[in-house]
Amino acid sequence: MKSYLNAIRAVIWKDLTAEWRTRENLSAMLVFALLVILIFNFALELDIQAQESLSAGVLWATFIFAGTIGLNRSLAVEKDRGCLDGLLLAPVDRSVIYFGKAIGNLIFMLLVEIIVLPVYSFLYQVPVFQPGFLLVVVLGSIGYVAVGTLLATMVIQARTRDILLPILLFPLSLPVIIAAVKASQGFLLMVPLTEISAWLNLLIVYDLIFTAAAFMVFDFVVEE
Amino acid sequence: MIQVKKLVKRFGPITVLRELDFEVRSGEFVALLGPNGAGKTTLLRILASLSKPTSGLVQVASCRLPEEAVAVRAHLGVVSHQPLLYGDLTAEENLSFYARLYDVERLRIGEVLDLVGLSSRKSDLVRVFSRGMQQRLAIGRSILHNPRILLMDEPHTGLDQEAGEILDSVLREIALAGRTVVMTSHDLVRAAELASRLDILSKGKIKASVATKDLNSADFVTFYRKALQGNGGSV
Repeated sequence: MKSYLNAIRAVIWKDLTAEWRTRENLSAMLVFALLVILIFNFALELDIQAQESLSAGVLWATFIFAGTIGLNRSLAVEKDRGCLDGLLLAPVDRSVIYFGKAIGNLIFMLLVEIIVLPVYSFLYQVPVFQPGFLLVVVLGSIGYVAVGTLLATMVIQARTRDILLPILLFPLSLPVIIAAVKASQGFLLMVPLTEISAWLNLLIVYDLIFTAAAFMVFDFVVEE
Repeated sequence: MIQVKKLVKRFGPITVLRELDFEVRSGEFVALLGPNGAGKTTLLRILASLSKPTSGLVQVASCRLPEEAVAVRAHLGVVSHQPLLYGDLTAEENLSFYARLYDVERLRIGEVLDLVGLSSRKSDLVRVFSRGMQQRLAIGRSILHNPRILLMDEPHTGLDQEAGEILDSVLREIALAGRTVVMTSHDLVRAAELASRLDILSKGKIKASVATKDLNSADFVTFYRKALQGNGGSV
């Protein structure tokens, strides 16, 4: 168990060190996310009512598109110089690679969200700094990254992986996106918790199911 | 150390390996030669547990593949066409990463860097390394955990004369250390100089096998051509 966790930590450390040096992934995700937030703010400026009901959707559209950029790039690094083979040759269970990559991707996504949320709160005049709302952001991100890392690994060998990933990922992550939008909207509009709890439960169940499913099928996904 | 019996590998309708038999004893240095598409890389990928056989028996270090793949991988070092290194990490960070994956002590990193002659460049990013330096570091990565078996897929590809000679001297040291080595190559002369046995693979089967001490260097090319024409055999 100790070596299993050490190996996961090694994969995360490797991704963070490389990203700290280049900042390619984070800067691409961040610039894209801030631009989307800004453009939608101008588009919805005239209609306050629409802004209130749509802002949660805008936020999650921003997160998932920025997240897709991060997922694609994160796995493309493993394809370069055959590094994925280097990981697959390690004498550890291959789920180590999945968890290491997924946690690394989650850290990148959360870092982008930490920067985007205050900007979003300021531009859209919405109270995002409440525990319930932040919990939804974390749960939604976990679900999206759990399924996204699995699919990004699946399409890594494909020539058209940049196109293939969103085509596969968006339909499969639809439940988590809908639940995250609905729950976020509920918290922003101060809806009673009892009305939001169903969406929160869906997020938790989705996260658990897809993390478990990815753990079980990852070995087949990376098989030649 | 390596035992392969009636190995078949198919990719859809294409059969790459056809009931191939192959055996390597402990401490042997075997060079696998053959034309493009003969199945050399496929055989090495199966031995490395990166690809699963369609049928047949594959045993590496007394462990059966693919069932005991994790145990096999602990005994294997692999060098491929690509260095399997991260360009945005330094040489030392790359080895440190693999050392953590293989549960190897950090002290070993310095030893390996010395062995492949890259101690003075340990803090440089791998992406600024020449192809030769990357390949030396790749060999360092492959022997980091002191594997009993080394699998090398055309390690000399893309190297200039000088880098090739440095690589040869590293390979000789590895062979002297008693490791079992299987290396694919297109360079007949170099393979004959390094290996203790040459196996000729063509159309998914071993066509001929010869101990290098049993052949004069002048006869290697003739032997290779005869083997490919189907007149080979064990010498």
